[in-house]
Amino acid sequence: MTIKDSRRSKLIYTIAAWTISGMIFFPILWTLITSFKTESEAISATPALFAFEWTLENYSDVLSRSPYFNHFWNSVVISLGSSLLGLLIAVPAAWSMAFVQTKKTKHLLMWMLSTKMLPPVGVLIPIYLLFRDFGLLDTKLGLVIVMTLINLPIMVWMLYTYFREIPNEILEASRMDGATIGEEIFHVLLPIALPGIASTLLLNVILSWNEAFWTLILTAANAAPLTAFIASYSSPEGLFYAKLSAASAMAIVPILILGWFSQKQLVRGLSFGAVK
Amino acid sequence: MGSITLKQVTKNFDEVNVIKPLDLEIKDGEFIVFVGPSGCGKSTLLRMIAGLEDTTSGNIEIDGQDATHTPPAKRGLAMVFQSYALYPHMTVRNNIAFPLKRAKVSPAEIESKIANAAKILNLTDYLDRKPGQLSGGQRQRVAIGRAIVRQPSAFLFDEPLSNLDASLRVNMRLEISELHKSLSTTMIYVTHDQVEAMTMADRIAVFNGGIIEQVGTPLELYKHPVNEFVAGFIGSPKMNFIAVPQSEDKKTVNLGIRPEHFIISQEQGTYKGTVGVIEHLGSESFLHVTLECGTTVTVKADGDCPLQYGDAIFLSAQENKTHKFDKNGLTIKTTL
Repeated sequence: MTIKDSRRSKLIYTIAAWTISGMIFFPILWTLITSFKTESEAISATPALFAFEWTLENYSDVLSRSPYFNHFWNSVVISLGSSLLGLLIAVPAAWSMAFVQTKKTKHLLMWMLSTKMLPPVGVLIPIYLLFRDFGLLDTKLGLVIVMTLINLPIMVWMLYTYFREIPNEILEASRMDGATIGEEIFHVLLPIALPGIASTLLLNVILSWNEAFWTLILTAANAAPLTAFIASYSSPEGLFYAKLSAASAMAIVPILILGWFSQKQLVRGLSFGAVK
Repeated sequence: MGSITLKQVTKNFDEVNVIKPLDLEIKDGEFIVFVGPSGCGKSTLLRMIAGLEDTTSGNIEIDGQDATHTPPAKRGLAMVFQSYALYPHMTVRNNIAFPLKRAKVSPAEIESKIANAAKILNLTDYLDRKPGQLSGGQRQRVAIGRAIVRQPSAFLFDEPLSNLDASLRVNMRLEISELHKSLSTTMIYVTHDQVEAMTMADRIAVFNGGIIEQVGTPLELYKHPVNEFVAGFIGSPKMNFIAVPQSEDKKTVNLGIRPEHFIISQEQGTYKGTVGVIEHLGSESFLHVTLECGTTVTVKADGDCPLQYGDAIFLSAQENKTHKFDKNGLTIKTTL
């Protein structure tokens, strides 16, 4: 390939990448723009991209009408809590699957992943009844448990992939050096797998933060996270697009900032097993 | 103390029997080398002694105590791995300190042991570096340092030099031999390189297909191999095997002659052949000679050997330097 050809293909790839990124980002951008419009401008037949009267009215309305910080705190507790609890279970599970394999390990991993392929509505009734009987409805603890269970297969899979990249000999060396299984995991495995663990944690925080199905069904007011806060702006009286957009913006901005700052870590972690 | 006794030890991986019932006694302070081709079971046996692999049947005794089911950490052995297996996130100091911390040794004693090991292994200037900042030889020394500080009853080496380049390998070979002389601790060393085995070992165990073919000192194995496999494996370049016509000797099927035991003549000899490729190493030359019977043999000659490609020559074996093998590959009589 000549230098000219390589430059041309680079240009084509760059344009394609920007176009696709623009398409993916546009709904978020539109939500952000709409959140600064008045309700009438938000539903105008000729929508304006930038040429409208910018206002912060929607944000002040939303903040005065709903306890945003309560919802925000619930989201933080649920997403962080479920991710940390998930790690606590997924690390030993992935350790045993990666380093103490049996003939059934692969089947077990596939079975765990297959649970992610089931529609969640299939287990809606039993989970709801269990939550009702155990008094977990509208509690943060209940949501932490449900989020942990939902994301556990992905956590185990991700960690399993990272752990498989770590030479078994390093762990064997620690065993020869007198380490117990706990010491082997804490002093050797976890520090080496830190990038993978960090990206697993981040991805699960994001997944839990964005999860709407269970949060809307299992919460009412006390434990409702930001997803329920957004949904509250689609009311029987009609959709208030500008306020809905302001609420959405307030819900997605924190996770967008987290994703922005951790993107390097996330990409590194997600491609961990891809390149040796 | 560091005597290790294996009694009827076997190992199966699922249905596959990789170690057949095997007995071996390793004396305290001995340097024993397990040598053999890939997949012969030598590394598996080492890992069984270490406790990293379960023993299917039989017993492993360390210093007279049954250790067959003892976990690796409790066997009092230290292992040096082929890939060094250093902890990449720890400095050299912490790598060496790791086993001592696990053994709850006091910080002052840890410091003095690290300093001592670093001095022995020339690592003093590198103690605060991480493994990624070290060369292959230095990493291997750190791995040895980590093993030394535990003062184990025996060291287990699993092909420790195979990742190093040729010149470094020679140096490290010497360093390990010197270490053995100074520590006088039992060492079990696994390699597929027969030169390492010959130069380092007090005794060599030659493995093949999950069994030990022969155990003995390097010279015993060189002079009195029990079968064709050992004869071919020990010695470099390897022994030549020439088929014996059945009319001459009914029992002998193959005759073994080492490259260094040929007499070269341009007038007369037992075998007539044509010189093929000649490898000049300076101090010696290796001739690849195709005999009339079609067999190609390697012949060791002087460094300034005047022969050329295509020359016709005669070869004979030096007196009493031939090995005879029967149809099962077993040695009939070694006349040395």
